[in-house]
Amino acid sequence: MDAATKHEASGLHSALRYKFIAIVGNENVRAATAADAVAGVHPKLVIEVGTESEIAEILRLSNAAGLAVIPRGGGTKLGWGNSPERADLVLSTARLNEIIEHAWADLTVTVEAGCTIQRLQETLAEHGQRLALDPLWPEKATIGGVLSANDSGALRSRFGALRDLIIGATIALPDGTLASSGGKVVKNVAGYDLPKLVTGALGTLGIITRAVFRLHPLPRNTRSFSVATANAEEAQRFALAVQDSKLAHTFLQSHFSDDASPVSDILFEGTEAGLVGQEAQLRNLAAPARVLETSTSSWTAREKLWTLADPENTVIAKISVLPANVARTMKLVEHIANGQQVRWRALVYATGLGWLRLEGKVGALRGALQALRRELESQEGSLVALHHPEKMPSFDAWGNAGDALPLMKAVKQQLDPKSTLNPGRFVGGI
Amino acid sequence: MGMQTFDELRAIVGKHGFISSPEELHTYECDGLTYFRVMPRAVLLPSSTEQVQAIVRICHRERMPFVARGSGTGLSGGALPVENGIVISLARMNRILEVDFPNARVVVEPGVINLDVTGRVSPQDYFYAPDPSSQSICSIGGNVAENSGGAHCLKYGFTTTHVLGLEVVLPDGTLVHFGGKTLDAPGYDLAGVFVGSEGTLGIATEVILRIVKRPECVRTLLAAFPSTNEAGAAVSDIITAGMLPAAIEMMDNLSIQAAEAAVHANYPNCGGLLLVELDGPVAEVEALMTQVNEICRSNGASEIRVAQSDAERALVWKGRKAAFAAMGRISPNYIVQDGVIPRTALPRVLSEIERLSKEAGVRVANVFHAGDGNLHPLVLYDRRIAGQEKAAEALSAQILELCIAAGGSITGEHGVGEDKKKAMAKMFAEPDLATMQRVRCAFDPMQLSNPTKVFPTPRLCGEKPGEYVPHASESAGIAERY
Repeated sequence: MDAATKHEASGLHSALRYKFIAIVGNENVRAATAADAVAGVHPKLVIEVGTESEIAEILRLSNAAGLAVIPRGGGTKLGWGNSPERADLVLSTARLNEIIEHAWADLTVTVEAGCTIQRLQETLAEHGQRLALDPLWPEKATIGGVLSANDSGALRSRFGALRDLIIGATIALPDGTLASSGGKVVKNVAGYDLPKLVTGALGTLGIITRAVFRLHPLPRNTRSFSVATANAEEAQRFALAVQDSKLAHTFLQSHFSDDASPVSDILFEGTEAGLVGQEAQLRNLAAPARVLETSTSSWTAREKLWTLADPENTVIAKISVLPANVARTMKLVEHIANGQQVRWRALVYATGLGWLRLEGKVGALRGALQALRRELESQEGSLVALHHPEKMPSFDAWGNAGDALPLMKAVKQQLDPKSTLNPGRFVGGI
Repeated sequence: MGMQTFDELRAIVGKHGFISSPEELHTYECDGLTYFRVMPRAVLLPSSTEQVQAIVRICHRERMPFVARGSGTGLSGGALPVENGIVISLARMNRILEVDFPNARVVVEPGVINLDVTGRVSPQDYFYAPDPSSQSICSIGGNVAENSGGAHCLKYGFTTTHVLGLEVVLPDGTLVHFGGKTLDAPGYDLAGVFVGSEGTLGIATEVILRIVKRPECVRTLLAAFPSTNEAGAAVSDIITAGMLPAAIEMMDNLSIQAAEAAVHANYPNCGGLLLVELDGPVAEVEALMTQVNEICRSNGASEIRVAQSDAERALVWKGRKAAFAAMGRISPNYIVQDGVIPRTALPRVLSEIERLSKEAGVRVANVFHAGDGNLHPLVLYDRRIAGQEKAAEALSAQILELCIAAGGSITGEHGVGEDKKKAMAKMFAEPDLATMQRVRCAFDPMQLSNPTKVFPTPRLCGEKPGEYVPHASESAGIAERY
């Protein structure tokens, strides 16, 4: 940053601030407080935009002035990613929250970025539909935030990830461009699939202002079961047998920890007749293991894992391994955790994606993460650290982005050449 | 291209992998859309990733455009050669490199034929889900370029859902990897951008695919309706009842006649034929099939049949998949259109197509993936009758405009290619297209990879709105601004 822009950034109370006020109104521009900190970095100003063109205009002015902009939805996952190199402005989409069109007969919805998942699901449920996704903290998490962080849960094994559900997006670029891609129909191959590009980009390429999703019907009936197994190998054998069977399960997740033997949850959706048939098949398949019907929803398992009793001594990581490597990975976690004297707990889906919680002393946590990442990357997997203690010495959240990193940087350079958006938060320093 | 470059290229692939005689080049002057033809300077048939890289590096050095080609079955001119460019055919890179059942992954080279993937994994009861009608001849590389769909993508998703990772030769010859065998690799979803980019971002040389376990049972129902209106109403009822069939296909009377004449699928003669396929566990499918049956009856179906054997089911599908080619039986020439509308706009758009068809005096046969609103109107004409070809082209273009006006898309699965690049400007605004082109510039700053396709007006990279900076090639007098 040169001297002039530095001056501009520190002088946010002056001319630029008036321009912002002229766009969104006085009541939507305020000085940032400690609560607005982003992974330990304190921004100066918080702006709540109400329209797409406001967001584009604020972004254009900020970009021209050399300010660093942190997009924010519900703020539930604002800690994900590396600490920003700079943070001047938090751009909140909280007011940009309209459900523009629920075309229920076409099974699609167009929604603005700031709408919470819960409000969207409630609206969709009026017509017996849903966005087939189970992200964390739906009552606060927004469409834009969930997309940017690419957050998905157990339903993914049946309905795909956000990349498979999003069919259109509008993004605001730092130069003030508002660009749409995709469309309102599920089947569409016109132009580049930019909705996928911005999904999981952590807001580093543009700010998602609206999205269009394909929807699924709410299930007619559901039935869930849990299967206790003696050890990780058995749990994996069960999971792979289910995957290789004719069962049409909606999700399968397995709990592993240092103090209990593994338990797998499996959920079925469908007609009563169909569910009866599937239950019989499941019992056959799982024998001699005991199959218990569970009434409690397993949906909250991931949120439970995220309950941080002692955030300063806890790490949460997202891991990705091959489905057939789950047992091996859990033994590895156990081995490394024992060596570093940290407690551990994991929730792993049939897709090979999982969530890992480690608790212990900061140095030991860091050592465990490093060792584990090295091993997982050597098996074509990955480990992304989503929560770590503030006092933990710097640890790259993402790990190796592979040989396409220069190309990713070139994409960033094309869309956000001045690194205005979330600078330094993404892979490889993007 | 000088003789020396020619020799260099030949040395990479050997004389059997190098085609330069005009008579042999004719095979490559178009793809499945024969309307456009351009003779390439040469066609190269590499047999390894290294050879592809070596070829692309020379193209990059010589600023020579190249077009990658799979089986050449595309219907939008995506594999049409470009002036003064070469064609890189991936047909010889056709090995299935790895089959991993526990993880349900298959790694293939781009020239592998779509149906051969399923062929390889079917003994273990798995299949590769995307099933374009050309699946017995089209290649995975071409499917990746076009993000191919097929009848069953209603339930199973498109090629992009089933591609987990890619090895790609970028337009400067660099080899990169997108995604991988595990999900959510850190970084941007470049595989998501690459799939469906119609060969404009580089050449895929290896593809990691997801395979799917065959469902316990598959049931296919045929229902005959008085017209497409009643059939369309039945589709809406099936969807709003909360079902997600594996496929829902519709054919109008003209298409039924053509399919009958071509493959004798034993279709009932009616105004609107619906083909509904459900798959999954037996008890579930049977419960839902009963419901589909009731829905069809209550919407006026005069005849309902459920295919009783695999052979019957295969015949039902044969008729549907042969529908395009079958048009030759009832019309000397025809245009295959590919547009998408929101499903609810179906009755309105169909009656509009009928009105336009009458006005123009040109017949239109309708075949479509009714579940997802993907229309394939076949505009029938006779080239020998003066003015018919022009009238057919105009009608075909009007149909696309109907799709855009209904909030749909100019292409659901055939791609933009050469054919529809002008229509892109009707579907997208300038800033939308400019943003896509900025992404293209990150991959291909020299615009060498299938450079004239997809976008209505190419954009020089380095060009930024508002701040004019001449591109290096422009300053050097190599390129001109449009």
